[in-house]
Amino acid sequence: MQTGMPLITKDLIAQHNLTGEEYQKIIDILGREPNLTELGMFSVMWSEHCSYKSSRVHLKKLPTTGPRVVQGPGENAGAVDIGDGLCVVFKMESHNHPSFIEPYQGAATGVGGILRDIFTMGARPIALLDSLRFGELHSPKNRHLMKGVVSGIAGYGNCMGVPTVGGEIVFNDIYALNPLVNVFCLGLAHQDKIFRGTAAGVGNPVIYFGSKTGRDGIHGATMASDSFDDQSEQKRPTVQVGDPFTEKLLLEACLELMERDLLVGIQDMGAAGLTSSSCEMASRAGNGIELDLTVVPRREPGMTPYEIMLSESQERMLMVAKAGKEDECIAICRKWDLDVAVVGKVTADGILRVLDQGKIVAEIPAKALADDGPRYERPFQPPAYQDMLTNLNYDAIQDVKDANVALLTLLESPTIASKRWVYEQYDHMVRTNTVVRPGSDAAVVRIKGTKKAVAMTVDCNSRYCLLNPYEGARLAVAEAARNLVCSGAVPIGLTDCLNFGNPERPDIMWQFAMAIEGMKDACEHFQIPIVSGNVSFYNETNGLSIYPTPMLGMVGLIDDAERSMTQWFQQEGDDIILLGSSREDLGGSEYLKAVHAREQGSPPYLNLDVEKALHDCLLSLIRGELLQSAHDCSEGGIAVALAESCISGPERTLGAVVRLTRGRFRKDAVLFGESQSRVVISAKPVHRQAILGHAKRFSVPAEVIGSVSGDRLIVAVGDEGSVERMIDQSVGVLLERWGFSLERALNQV
Amino acid sequence: MNIGVVVFPGSNCDHDCEHVFKDVLGQDVTMVWHRETSLAGLDAVILPGGFSYGDYLRTGAIARFSPVMQAVKQFAAGGGLVLGICNGFQILLEAGLLPGAMLRNKSLHFICRETYVKVENAATPFTSVCKSGQVLKIPIAHADGNYYTDPVTLAGLQANAQVIFRYCTADGKVTPEACPNGSLDNIAGIRNAEGNVLGMMPHPERCAETMLGTEDGRAIFQSMIVSSERKKLAGVR
Repeated sequence: MQTGMPLITKDLIAQHNLTGEEYQKIIDILGREPNLTELGMFSVMWSEHCSYKSSRVHLKKLPTTGPRVVQGPGENAGAVDIGDGLCVVFKMESHNHPSFIEPYQGAATGVGGILRDIFTMGARPIALLDSLRFGELHSPKNRHLMKGVVSGIAGYGNCMGVPTVGGEIVFNDIYALNPLVNVFCLGLAHQDKIFRGTAAGVGNPVIYFGSKTGRDGIHGATMASDSFDDQSEQKRPTVQVGDPFTEKLLLEACLELMERDLLVGIQDMGAAGLTSSSCEMASRAGNGIELDLTVVPRREPGMTPYEIMLSESQERMLMVAKAGKEDECIAICRKWDLDVAVVGKVTADGILRVLDQGKIVAEIPAKALADDGPRYERPFQPPAYQDMLTNLNYDAIQDVKDANVALLTLLESPTIASKRWVYEQYDHMVRTNTVVRPGSDAAVVRIKGTKKAVAMTVDCNSRYCLLNPYEGARLAVAEAARNLVCSGAVPIGLTDCLNFGNPERPDIMWQFAMAIEGMKDACEHFQIPIVSGNVSFYNETNGLSIYPTPMLGMVGLIDDAERSMTQWFQQEGDDIILLGSSREDLGGSEYLKAVHAREQGSPPYLNLDVEKALHDCLLSLIRGELLQSAHDCSEGGIAVALAESCISGPERTLGAVVRLTRGRFRKDAVLFGESQSRVVISAKPVHRQAILGHAKRFSVPAEVIGSVSGDRLIVAVGDEGSVERMIDQSVGVLLERWGFSLERALNQV
Repeated sequence: MNIGVVVFPGSNCDHDCEHVFKDVLGQDVTMVWHRETSLAGLDAVILPGGFSYGDYLRTGAIARFSPVMQAVKQFAAGGGLVLGICNGFQILLEAGLLPGAMLRNKSLHFICRETYVKVENAATPFTSVCKSGQVLKIPIAHADGNYYTDPVTLAGLQANAQVIFRYCTADGKVTPEACPNGSLDNIAGIRNAEGNVLGMMPHPERCAETMLGTEDGRAIFQSMIVSSERKKLAGVR
């Protein structure tokens, strides 16, 4: 026992966010009371953030295997085969809590962390996407958070030279005190050169490299495992500070180390820093690790073992080298101006043993820290308010009177409006692979040296998930897949980033459990494996939780990059065809929120067989080179989809003249309802019969609804004899409202 | 042609330049580590984009002290072609190989998007395959591309036809609205008095293949290849 260490009191245990039972379990494992350093190590490794103690029993249900899966969950990231001896390595992670406390650094280090997860696996990162949630922009605080987060993402990603090629942003006041920052990264690796975080080979040296260790970020993982209250701003010292330049050096050094035959295993020091990287690598190999803190590079003197083991200083890595290769490893790190030190060795006894100045300061079975944390089967039940959310009397809501006004309202609502103000601040072209830039349904990045490309999208409609978490999760999977298919890609894998409230509340746990069921069912149906993921609980402030937000990052493969598809109309005179059929799906729609200020009703109906048939049909049409554009109908329904196809093209705008059948539906549902499994395509008229024939073969409803024409968007609704021209607006006006709304909202005083 | 692409710590368009010259245009490429002190055997040198040394302190301010920059200066003094793109342009300014300085963009933000530039002088080794007045569509990606210099230097640049590219509209009008970053006189690229050193903010290596939008960027690299071949022919004679 070290001298001068405080006694472990009840208060100290509570400050470390450990329960009495958890503390007793620690005593049982050690056969004694822990010292302060050990208590700290247990507290971070057994935090919700690191241990998945509330989620693990549910996560086990998700489908994680498939013929293309090279690496499933459990490593730094997942990996999926794309042929040609290559695989894509990808994962998504949250940095929600730090981004609320310090938006620039919180978001920047979120980017840094996910990048390390990817290049640790031996993959060069080639694309980033971000999924963000903020409160509405009329509040100066929300504008400040958004500007800070966007700058942080730009500052880090741009410097790294990894393009930020896409993403999505939704605004809702439910996120005002708990904004979400979810970052997705995809890298490219040779299949036979995937690296894993394992400390195999007793006697092999353990080498620390990267930045020096400082006092920043201590207890970041614990902070991320707690709810917020009014004093949360005081947690600023737990947010790390990022240095993208060092990370760039770390990236190049790692890839150079991996090109040679030097390494046994490697892992980044993310949440819980040196503690997690060492115990997880040891546990995976069934070994132990002995660390000597005396030689750990430090930023300042006087740091205690507690601080060194818990520091979350960024841009640090731990590698296990082959014995005898230390000097070569050190030389490469020095070439890239990185700090480097042999800090320990792999041992056979399964113990993570930490020494400082020759004294043992911690001695814990590695597996106990990494894998034997508490598991909770937390109780769950639907909340009493659930029925109030879904029961909506549509008769009390007046049908749309002026659809022109409603369309403009939707187009300029920040959730739907163009995100150009954001993505122009991100370098989305570096590495010269970006075939489809931000602003279409999915981003497409070519794979040099092959004809292929990968498409990526991040999606989740959290309002649907609030109204019905099971359906909402299924809808998220379906929409992500549809977005990929619209770009011409076959979905091949998924990563998730599950953002929820406090799991100790049965209603939140119910949302979580239902969302997992929904994801499972949809992924199994589409045969899309989930290869990596992250859970962020405790997105709650003063008892108010965010909407359940199971964010998905989906990856698709395009065999011929030349045939990737975009969402905007291409040519005057082209047919506009609607694939899929419309229902009266107004529940949970953006229209109800933006125009009627209601977030109620049941989310749209989804039939997975119908959805899958649409995907197969659309892919066949795109491969047959029959289409000019394809755009998914999502928030804002077909009216917004048509408007976006008119105005979102990078070169020019085009008008459209369209007639939609009404049947017995409300007019607002026809225009703005969010019925699923629908895509607006455009094509040269010569291909009309071929397209309709294709659709018939796949049993997908298809209807020519109009043509690309002129410089106005004209939409008539009705059936023979009673057709009403409901939308008639110049595309210039649509573009002005949609294109600059975000800037206006952000620059208001 | 053997092109050297300098790799500073923090360069991130080095691979893109290598890809264009090697895979698209079939030339030889040598990656030059920033600690190198000789550029012997190279026909031209590229200082690529990125964030050399993190661009801490000021863009390009640390890179100019890199050992390789002495070699670049000698190479330029001997008449060798030097092209600085984006961060490379910023480094050339800091190193004194080109006049002027870069300020923060007028919007204060990083800007990544397509721009149009007008070729103001086609009689250079970097623009010889272009027509004078031709409009090229080339993207920018920078936070500090707002070119500034004093009025006397600017007058000199203009008088000596050293302004090579100016931001313009799609149909070639040089207007304030067409300038994305507040750059003085819409300047997007300048050369030195001798004509063998060019700095430009737009990224021609990002638009040298149709799949990426346009091939307009190729003109600059092709001009360099033509110039290098002419030089070699002249040397043989």
